[in-house]
Parts: sequence; C-alpha cells; structure tokens
Amino acid sequence: MRITCPHCGARDAQEFSYLGAADLARPDGMAASEAAMVDYVYLRDNPRGRHRELWYHGAGCRAWLVVGRDTFTHAVISVEPAKRHAGGAA
Amino acid sequence: MRYSIASLLKETLRGHRGWTPAWRDPAPKAEYDVLIVGGGGHGLATAHYLASRHGIANVAVLEKGYLGSGNAGRNTTIIRSNYLLPGNTPFYELSMKLWEGLEEDLNYNAMVSQRGVINLYHSDAQRDAFARRGNAMRLAGVDAELLGREQVRAMLPFFDYDNARFPIRGGLLQRRGGTARHDAVAWGYARAADSRGVDLIQNCEVTGIAIAGGRAIGVETARGPIRATKIALAVAGNSSRVAAMAGLRLPIESHVLQAFVSEGLKPLIDTVVTFGAGHFYVSQSDKGGLVFGGDIDGYNSYAQRGNLPVIEDVMEAGMGLWPGLGRLRVLRHWGGVMDMSMDGSPIIDLAPVEGLYLNAGWCYGGFKATPASGFCFAHLIATGKPHPVAAAYRLDRFATGHLIDEKGAGAQPNLH
Repeated sequence: MRITCPHCGARDAQEFSYLGAADLARPDGMAASEAAMVDYVYLRDNPRGRHRELWYHGAGCRAWLVVGRDTFTHAVISVEPAKRHAGGAA
Repeated sequence: MRYSIASLLKETLRGHRGWTPAWRDPAPKAEYDVLIVGGGGHGLATAHYLASRHGIANVAVLEKGYLGSGNAGRNTTIIRSNYLLPGNTPFYELSMKLWEGLEEDLNYNAMVSQRGVINLYHSDAQRDAFARRGNAMRLAGVDAELLGREQVRAMLPFFDYDNARFPIRGGLLQRRGGTARHDAVAWGYARAADSRGVDLIQNCEVTGIAIAGGRAIGVETARGPIRATKIALAVAGNSSRVAAMAGLRLPIESHVLQAFVSEGLKPLIDTVVTFGAGHFYVSQSDKGGLVFGGDIDGYNSYAQRGNLPVIEDVMEAGMGLWPGLGRLRVLRHWGGVMDMSMDGSPIIDLAPVEGLYLNAGWCYGGFKATPASGFCFAHLIATGKPHPVAAAYRLDRFATGHLIDEKGAGAQPNLH
C-alpha cells in the first residue's frame, strides 16, 4: 500500500504510523458526560469500505494526514493535511 | 454414523462406499428458538453445547459462505492457556480442559496435539515478567515451567542463542499447550451439532436484523426472513458490521493478520515457539510445513489478504530467531480479518438490544478459545446469565473501567 503525501509524494505505507478514525470529535473537557467520553475513546463505526483515518508521516515530513481509504480494497482515495481538516485532529 | 476403528475397518472392507455426509444440508425453517449467525468454530461450538449441554436443539447456524470459511480456516492452530490476568486465566484454562476431552465429546479426530508452547525470554526483566506469569498460572491451577537457556537449547538446538540484540536466555513452557487441526475443529462441532438436530445453513448471508418494540425478532437473509426468540452473533471479524444492523456501535476495529506455511519438511520442531521480542511464532504441522506468523498489519482492513511490509517484517523476525529459515520456501500465506477490541480481550455478553447476544472481539486469539467460547456463549443464551469463567467479558467494561488489558496497550486496538 502506498500513500501519496501532499508534501512528499507517493511513499510506502511503512513510512507512516496509523492512529485510526479521523472524524472522532473529542467532547469538551469537564463538561462532557461519561457516556460521551466512552463513545469517543472506545466506540468506532468500523465500516467495510470508505473510511477516513489519521496517518502520521513519521519517516518523512512528520505531518499528520487525513487519508480516505477503502478498507476492503485498500485503495487510497484521498489524502489531505490534518491541519486543513475541520476540527484540527491530532 | 459413529466413527470408530470398527466402522473404519468395515468401510475399508466395503471399498469406502458406505460413508455418509457428515452433516445434512437443510433448507431454513421459518422460525427457530435460537439463531446463531456465523458458522465458524465459535458459532458451531455454541450450537453443539446448546444442544448437548442445555437440550436446546431447535437451533440454526447461518453461515454466509461455507462452514469454517472465515477465521476458523485462517489461524495458526495454536492452543494454550498461558494468560496472566484473573479475567482471562480461568476462561482459557476451561478452554484447555475442553480441548483435552474434545475428540471424545465430538467423536471426531480434531488432531489435538499437546506438544507444548514455549514463550522465549531475552532479558532479566522479561524473565521476571514470565516468572510472574508462570506463578499466576500455577496459582490458578494451570501448568507452567520456567526454563533456563540450556534447557531450551536442549529442546530447540538450531535457534540463534547468541543473537546480539535478542539473545535467548530461556523460556516459559506450558506443556499442555499445543496445536489442533483448525478445519477439523469446525467440522467436528458441525457434525456433532447436526447429529443433535441443529440446522446448519450455508450460503445464507444475514443482511438485516428485524427489530420490533426494541427487541430483535428475526433476521433477513439471502434465503429469506427467519424468525427467532434469541439471535446470537458469532461473526468475529465482521462483528461491527452485523451489530450495526441492530443499530449498535462496538469497541472494535477490524484488522488483518497474516500467517504463513513453508514447504513440507521432515520433523524439525516438536513444540510451539513464540519469540515475543520480534513477534514471531512457529510450529510444525503434521503434514510437515512450518506454520508461522507475526503482528497484524495495523490499520483497519476487511481484505482477507495482507500487504508486503508485514511479510518482510515477519520474515526478518523469523530469521533473527532461526537463521536456517532463510533456506526454506514459503508455500502460501493468508490474511484473516480480526475483531480487535479496545483492550485486547473478548466480549461475551447480552447486547443492549433485547433478544440479541454478542460473541465478539477475539483479537487474534480466537482459535484457542473456541471450545470455552462456545461453552460459555451457550450458557449465556440458555440461561440468560454469564458463565462464571466468562463473567468478566462484559460489553460495558469499557464504561465501568473493568478493562482486561493483558498487553497493557490501552485503548489502541492496533497495538494489541
């Protein structure tokens, strides 16, 4: 599997570390209910097909990326810097 | 037909023309007491124990492909009960005891072979951790022996004992651990369940779960709707997808785990060895091939195949332990889809939807658990209460903080 980093070009997936789902919204600090925190920390949609996820280009530009990928075919559909991603993940 | 030396002799003399199919191929009925979704080891074991231990035989097992076509056929066949934590030790020991009596119980040769499992250690700290694990096991009535370097060398002379990075200092041995023939386990349970009247329905993918008044009342399948009082999910690898049909989100990610078989060899290694430092484990099948594997690929995947970087990683780890492996050819490799739970431990519990039962999150240790998983799941379905040895495998443990984090990796399913 290769991921086309917007800064470095197409690279082997081994250069990246995986964090998981990209669109988890961290509840707001002390105001969050326990159920909302459990949901954020533990529960996942885990789809078969299109999945938006966070990858860290540790052996390259060290940027966090949001990668749209098909979890069944392993096709990488989109890559964007996480900074530009709403919510500023990671 | 009961298998025995007498039936074998009789059939031999008759030219093997009298063997009958090991199970029927019935059409689904409109309604059952219990529907088990998933015709793998765990689902078939559940059906067997429901029928044989609880007298509930109006049961159907629904399988989307053929029996044992999922993870039951995609593992490295290792059985063991060398766990540290109180939530795990009694459960896996029950599994080990059921393995020991499995063939008599099923009247089927599952090739259970208690050839021993050795976890190698490479440093003083790791020896202390393994001594602690061995003590915990012995306190729980499980066998464990801490071996020194020369004891391991006498059993396994061809490893690289003076590897600069991971010199082998010894190992923790569980002699009762070993291997079993994975397909035969599924077939044996299937045959035993079928003989008690359980309907095994293949090529019957579940496409929806019917819910009325907050209660699961049946399923939609590729072969029409089927109603049931109780619906039990044993679809590890796809638990999130099937549970989503009932509106549930689970603390699970699906990941792919690859495994390998080498070309056939003369007997070379008579035990199972795990090399935790490089994450590599190896045993030899009765057919002669070395069966080995390593880590999961590490990102969400439903592809039943892997990627080259992990193949390279496993081979490197293998060569680090056993340089002679480099002389062998790999015959084939495969990838299974793993239910990686957030603490690395399984879930056997009532689902939040009434009438729905959940057996999920086996990470990559589901094979060794097959008998106890089926035994405890059948108990839960039949009585509505968790079996005492599986009482810790609750779905709400993530909310209550009662995690069973055997590996200490936290809420990171790709690290378990």
